[in-house]
Amino acid sequence: MTSRPELQAPPEIFYNDDEARKYTSSSRIIEIQAKLSERALELLALPNDGVHRLLLDIGCGSGLSGETLTENGHQWIGLDISQSMLDVALEREVEGDLVLGDMGQGLDLRTGVIDGAISISAVQWLCNADKSSHEPRIRLKAFFGSLYRSLARGARAVLQVYPENLAQRELILSFAMRAGFSGGVVVDYPHSTKSRKEYLVLTCGPPSLSSAAPRGKGEDGESCSDEDSSGDEDNQSVCVSDRHRPRKKQKLNKKMKGREWVLRKKEQRRRKGTAVPADTKYTARKRKARF
Amino acid sequence: MRLLTHNMLSSNIKGVTNGFPLLIEVEKVVEKQVDFNEDFLRNMFPKIEWKALVEASRTMGYTELPENAESSMLDSDEFLGKFHHALVELHLEEGALVCPETGRKFPVNKGIPNMLLHEDEV
Repeated sequence: MTSRPELQAPPEIFYNDDEARKYTSSSRIIEIQAKLSERALELLALPNDGVHRLLLDIGCGSGLSGETLTENGHQWIGLDISQSMLDVALEREVEGDLVLGDMGQGLDLRTGVIDGAISISAVQWLCNADKSSHEPRIRLKAFFGSLYRSLARGARAVLQVYPENLAQRELILSFAMRAGFSGGVVVDYPHSTKSRKEYLVLTCGPPSLSSAAPRGKGEDGESCSDEDSSGDEDNQSVCVSDRHRPRKKQKLNKKMKGREWVLRKKEQRRRKGTAVPADTKYTARKRKARF
Repeated sequence: MRLLTHNMLSSNIKGVTNGFPLLIEVEKVVEKQVDFNEDFLRNMFPKIEWKALVEASRTMGYTELPENAESSMLDSDEFLGKFHHALVELHLEEGALVCPETGRKFPVNKGIPNMLLHEDEV
């Protein structure tokens, strides 16, 4: 398994011209980034009134996530540290405005102007000390502090992250809380190493029912998302089951044909009348790979 | 970079109390056609710092915006048209943004402002 990019080089060096091009032309990456952005936008829970808002895309890279924002009718400002990635974004003629900047230095935005922020696969880069002056704690503090200030009251930030370990996740979350955010972590498909995705869903403002983190998508085949009525007084949560995702998840699960499946099949054939060997402790035992 | 973004950007240099608005040094301005969206304009109007927008649009060569604006003016199509033009259709392609307090320049290349701070400015 390839090592994490965060351990190889600082982001502005790792994402050089070659890597930027490779990243943006990989159909797999494009698909994943699109899915992550859709989900982040969903978690952002912007009111469904058709109004186009001004969003922030932190670590926008080559604009893959920004395109999802544009498709949903929003205006956005994208921030990234890699000139190469932004150059690719320019080539792709993304609709949002691009800014070359370092989120760890603080976002250069006025107070309360942003209606929402998303970040796809970027914030974990803050946890690396790339230069001697880059103490991660200072950077996390600057980032979350400035993010909190720039968001309008009640606005949300959804940050999809790939923390290296539990300690990193805790670190990121603790600095978010210290900056004044309320919210939590939503984990989709927590039991699958491949599909597992983490989102920090943060709300600008005091904790309330409407800022409770929505449920992640799991293995029960049903994905519930608490719909926020952040404007309403009663804060009812409505469970919406997503018709499309469970089917996909069930299909993925069928990869392994376990012992249960084998026993069921044998029972079926016995009922049909075919000669089936008896079920013993050796039935559906895992064989050596060479077998 | 549109004036919409310029209206949101502020200088983050250490020690600066009010880094907004950034002054604009123009080298190249491009006008792009953008679909008119009234809802977005109405939603953005309260957030926009009007004086800064007028100043900036004048520096870019557009003098049609009125000095002062109130929300009642949003009912006028003519005003909306000018607002739309200044906010999202004027692009600063090449030039610089200048911090109002320190005079530090943030270069703008290909429409992308470089807001990276040096080690001593953080």
